[in-house]
Amino acid sequence: MSLTASSIGRKVAMALSGIFLVLFLTQHFSINLLSVFSESLFNQVSHFMGNNPIVQFILQPILIFGVLFHFVMGFVLELQNSKSRSTRYSVYKGKNNASWMSRNMIISGIVILSFLGLHFYDFWVPEMDYKYIKILPLDPDRYFDELVHKFVSPVRVGIYVLSFIFLSLHLLHGFASSFQTVGVNNKYTKIIKKFATGFSVVVPLGFVLIALFHHLK
Amino acid sequence: MKRVKIRYRKNANGTSSIRLNCFCGYEKVNGKKKARRLIKTLPFHLVTEPASKDEIKLNDYYKIEATKIADEWEKSLLENDILTQQDETKIKSFKLNSKIPEGDLAQKWTNHKGKINLVSPANKRLIDVIVVGTGLAGASASATLAELGYNVKTFCFQDSPRRAHSIAAQGGINAAKNYQGDGDSTYRLFYDTIKGGDYRSREANVHRLAEVSTNIIDQCVAQGVPFARDYGGLLDNRSFGGVLVSRTFYAKGQTGQQLLLGAYSAMNRQIGRGKIQMYNRHEMMDIVIIDGKARGIITRNLVNGKIERHGAHAVVIASGGYGNVFFLSTNAMGSNVSATWKIHKKGAYFANPCFTQIHPTCIPVSGDHQSKLTLMSESLRNDGRIWVPKKLGDVKAIREGNLKPTEIREEDRDYYLERRYPAFGNLVPRDVASRAAKERCDAGFGVNKTGEAVYLDFASAITRYGKEQAHVKNLNEDDPVLVKKLGQQVVRAKYGNLFQMYEKIVDQNPYETPMMIYPAVHYTMGGVWVDYNLMTTIPGCYAIGEANFSDHGANRLGASALMQGLADGYFVLPYTIGDYLADDIRTGPIDTKLPEFEKAENSVRAQIEAFISNHGKNSVDYYHRKLGKIMWDKCGMSRNEKGLKEAIKEIQELREDFYKNVNVPGRSDEFNEQLAKAGRVADFLELGELFANDALKRTESCGGHFREESQTPEGEALRDDKNFTFVSAWECKGVPSKAKLHKEDLEYEEIEVKTRSYK
Amino acid sequence: MNLTLKIWRQPNSETKGKIETYKIDDVSPDMSFLEMMDVLNEQLMSQGIDPVAFDHDCREGICGMCSMFINGEAHGPDRLVTTCQLHMRKFKDGDTITIEPFRAKAFPVIKDLAVDRSAFDRIQQAGGFVSVNTSGNTQDANAIPIDKHDADKAFDAATCIGCGACVATCKNASAMLFVSAKVSQYALLPQGKVEAADRVLNMVNQMDEEGFGNCTNTGACEVECPKGISLENIARMNREYLFASLKG
Repeated sequence: MSLTASSIGRKVAMALSGIFLVLFLTQHFSINLLSVFSESLFNQVSHFMGNNPIVQFILQPILIFGVLFHFVMGFVLELQNSKSRSTRYSVYKGKNNASWMSRNMIISGIVILSFLGLHFYDFWVPEMDYKYIKILPLDPDRYFDELVHKFVSPVRVGIYVLSFIFLSLHLLHGFASSFQTVGVNNKYTKIIKKFATGFSVVVPLGFVLIALFHHLK
Repeated sequence: MKRVKIRYRKNANGTSSIRLNCFCGYEKVNGKKKARRLIKTLPFHLVTEPASKDEIKLNDYYKIEATKIADEWEKSLLENDILTQQDETKIKSFKLNSKIPEGDLAQKWTNHKGKINLVSPANKRLIDVIVVGTGLAGASASATLAELGYNVKTFCFQDSPRRAHSIAAQGGINAAKNYQGDGDSTYRLFYDTIKGGDYRSREANVHRLAEVSTNIIDQCVAQGVPFARDYGGLLDNRSFGGVLVSRTFYAKGQTGQQLLLGAYSAMNRQIGRGKIQMYNRHEMMDIVIIDGKARGIITRNLVNGKIERHGAHAVVIASGGYGNVFFLSTNAMGSNVSATWKIHKKGAYFANPCFTQIHPTCIPVSGDHQSKLTLMSESLRNDGRIWVPKKLGDVKAIREGNLKPTEIREEDRDYYLERRYPAFGNLVPRDVASRAAKERCDAGFGVNKTGEAVYLDFASAITRYGKEQAHVKNLNEDDPVLVKKLGQQVVRAKYGNLFQMYEKIVDQNPYETPMMIYPAVHYTMGGVWVDYNLMTTIPGCYAIGEANFSDHGANRLGASALMQGLADGYFVLPYTIGDYLADDIRTGPIDTKLPEFEKAENSVRAQIEAFISNHGKNSVDYYHRKLGKIMWDKCGMSRNEKGLKEAIKEIQELREDFYKNVNVPGRSDEFNEQLAKAGRVADFLELGELFANDALKRTESCGGHFREESQTPEGEALRDDKNFTFVSAWECKGVPSKAKLHKEDLEYEEIEVKTRSYK
Repeated sequence: MNLTLKIWRQPNSETKGKIETYKIDDVSPDMSFLEMMDVLNEQLMSQGIDPVAFDHDCREGICGMCSMFINGEAHGPDRLVTTCQLHMRKFKDGDTITIEPFRAKAFPVIKDLAVDRSAFDRIQQAGGFVSVNTSGNTQDANAIPIDKHDADKAFDAATCIGCGACVATCKNASAMLFVSAKVSQYALLPQGKVEAADRVLNMVNQMDEEGFGNCTNTGACEVECPKGISLENIARMNREYLFASLKG
């Protein structure tokens, strides 16, 4: 059996794509954070990201592939897992031996996926439309206003906040777990776990605060 | 069956007795030619005019039994040449030939291996061997036989070979490696084993065991068995009861598990290669004998009840001991005598059935619901001190819950083993330790509600280790809290799993309060009689491990069972079996359509149907518990003539009642635990009688067999070497009461037979 | 104690099963769980009902045969015990106890609470051994010193009793803890290292073929394992597997 077809191989692929997405998230977070401190810096960086050919034509497809892969593989594995027990238990106390997050990655994952749909609809689709379909003239200062505009509606901000809570739950299990999957479980595991937990709370919380900041401003 | 006829004779009371009538040719009496007949009346009878369905069934059942007995009888008459002898007085008894090789004791095994017949690798492919049981002996034998090239079929009743009860052995395995440099040697291990066995084992076998013991450790380490190691990376040893050196290798308190998993892994390798066909959840129901040779077995698939035939050129029985005849024992629930009993009924002699080991350190019985007893490794006696209170007043207060054992002052405690046996103290052999506990409890000093428990106390070991650790770590040796904590850590590292097990069962923390222990049936030294090649009196049928009788005499030393099981399986049987199989290279596959298979299968089916259609009123366990009580009360730690005679009678009655009133629910073609159990209990009910009879005939005390009539004024066991230096080998003659005793005299060339003293 | 038992009854692997309810009285808190089941079976037989089939043998927590899913947990509510070591003192008078078999597609039910765990055997047969002949002509046991920490870790992994609680409790019915325990034991010892790469590939391959689910690191197996086998072993197996795969 080849590496990619085996259970462990697929798990490792999940973990690696997950770590890749965590890295992307960190980068996304850093740029978003700029919007709180400096409008111009935010516009500058956004413009660079939106128009640099390496980012646009190499990193962006990789990212999209990573996102798709992580989701598709997640569903494939979930389906396989649900098949591995044909008769359900009538009483099953999962909470006694494992966290809610670890048992419900599929739920938090689906919430995040739906949010991503919305997010693409909000930012990525208009962006593509702007740049590649309508081919409108470059405007290096439009990004900040677009951002602020999206955080006007309280419903949208509510959805945004809720999604990031689920992202946090997803990360709380997934981030540390990916280290276990790639075979790291040793004396550093405690520190890794603490770091992963910190990251999983701080980053989504940061996103939420940024959204609230723009909403309330 | 041609010569023996079954005759029924009406009695006045509405029953008919069953008589077997054997025509033995003609003889001349007063010049006239007269038929000579042997007549045998069976111990059960029929109802002459059966009125109810039950009575008809019972009659049918007894008729089948009668046919079986008649068969057996005719066979034994033929074997002993009785039918061809004209004069009964000329019949000589079958002589047991132990086939011990000639020569110097230390060279016997080497010489023997050099001389016996071998089967060439090409021919081994043509030979099938059946192994029944997958404990240490069975698994290791299967693996080695397969590795040598034989086609092996292995059977176990559990769902996987890894579950065999060897897995529960805790303490360790002996080997004369002398890694500790404390004066150990092959000879010393040999000597300790013979002495420990109270001079009732065969010198040549025990010496061979001691010789191969070192190979076992090498082999197991090579297989990846994780034995305990010291910080230098070398193997660690501990000491065990009855010896003065540290020769026991261990893996915490799970040595048996690790060794069995090692043997199981060796087996798995061969299963993977297709050299072993593994049959899980299969129970051996009978052995098939063709032309006087073991040629196969009948099995029952425990999942779907299918009766199957399996042919082979040799059958190896490795089905363990029969301690469950006592109902409560440290054996697994499924451990049974059936495989060995079936071969006994087909001609294998059963040796020393009364030699049973009662293990001193088990968790006491808690109530009537008890289904089995749990052993605490003997290794605990390395560090635990055994005691009871000196004052009966304290005992009373403890039983009523008004006094804690930790509150009893040192001078009010009776460390009775240290008092009675200063040289060995708490490390006296198991039989001695068990009897001493019984003696104290019988005198009223038992410390639990039932009055059947003594303390095993780790307080002083914890303090000793704690001080040692404090010293090593440069901490304050006089701080009792620290010392206790450090000491507990050491004890936890050594016995953690045992302490945990105790706490789970008894609900008391043994780090804080002494454990309670009491003796329980643990191991049976007796078993199928085998010669030096481990072959039984049925040609082609072998018995290894606890199932045979050979190495432990009347008492087994701790950590020797694992050694014997693996020695037999890895290093003895696979070679000695070649001596017999060398004649079978041209036999070809055994045809399971032969009438002998047919007959054996039919009798198995008849028994099963009889059980299923019995619809009695009592469960199988009801009988098993009753049998166990008779055995424990009258054939337990001490035995006397009166009790044994009563036991025989009671067992006979119980057996009769069992066949009449046992209830086996369900069907025969399904997973039916009660049915499987019924077959096992039926065999225990016969073995129990032979057991008691053997104990009755052996009027000496030796090892685990203590006859109250034979003791010193101080209450120590008193052997009678003049009259009893022999192995009792019982030949089945239909029913246990008719079993015939054969004696194999034990000759000691190397060792001077002495009174065993641990004082 | 008086209890209500809800027990999974299934005559054989082909027939569908269902939960049946039984009452049992006068249960002593000192009884083990299986002794309570013995009493129940005696009671059922006296009422002419087929006794409940369940696997059990040593009843001291080492053979790994007993396998009940009690009140939603493998081997019941207590930790570090098998079903046979679970005692009734862990329950209260009047409790309702639900008892189901260990469920997994790879563990088909044989009858009632007894399941077929031979998938575990087949995984072991695929590579759970050191390929050394049992001739006894191996080198001396002390020829290779082994780091005590490694030896201890190998031992801890080797204490797995193969009961299947990890599979039963895992929401994905994954057998990773079981397989990794065996892989780890050998990978940690010099004797087993020689063929470590082949072993891990073969065993994982067989595990996948048996239809066990994938590991999602919930850690439930480690919590429910009666022998406390650590998740560290799974990480080690993942590592071993990756290196073995990349080695080709």
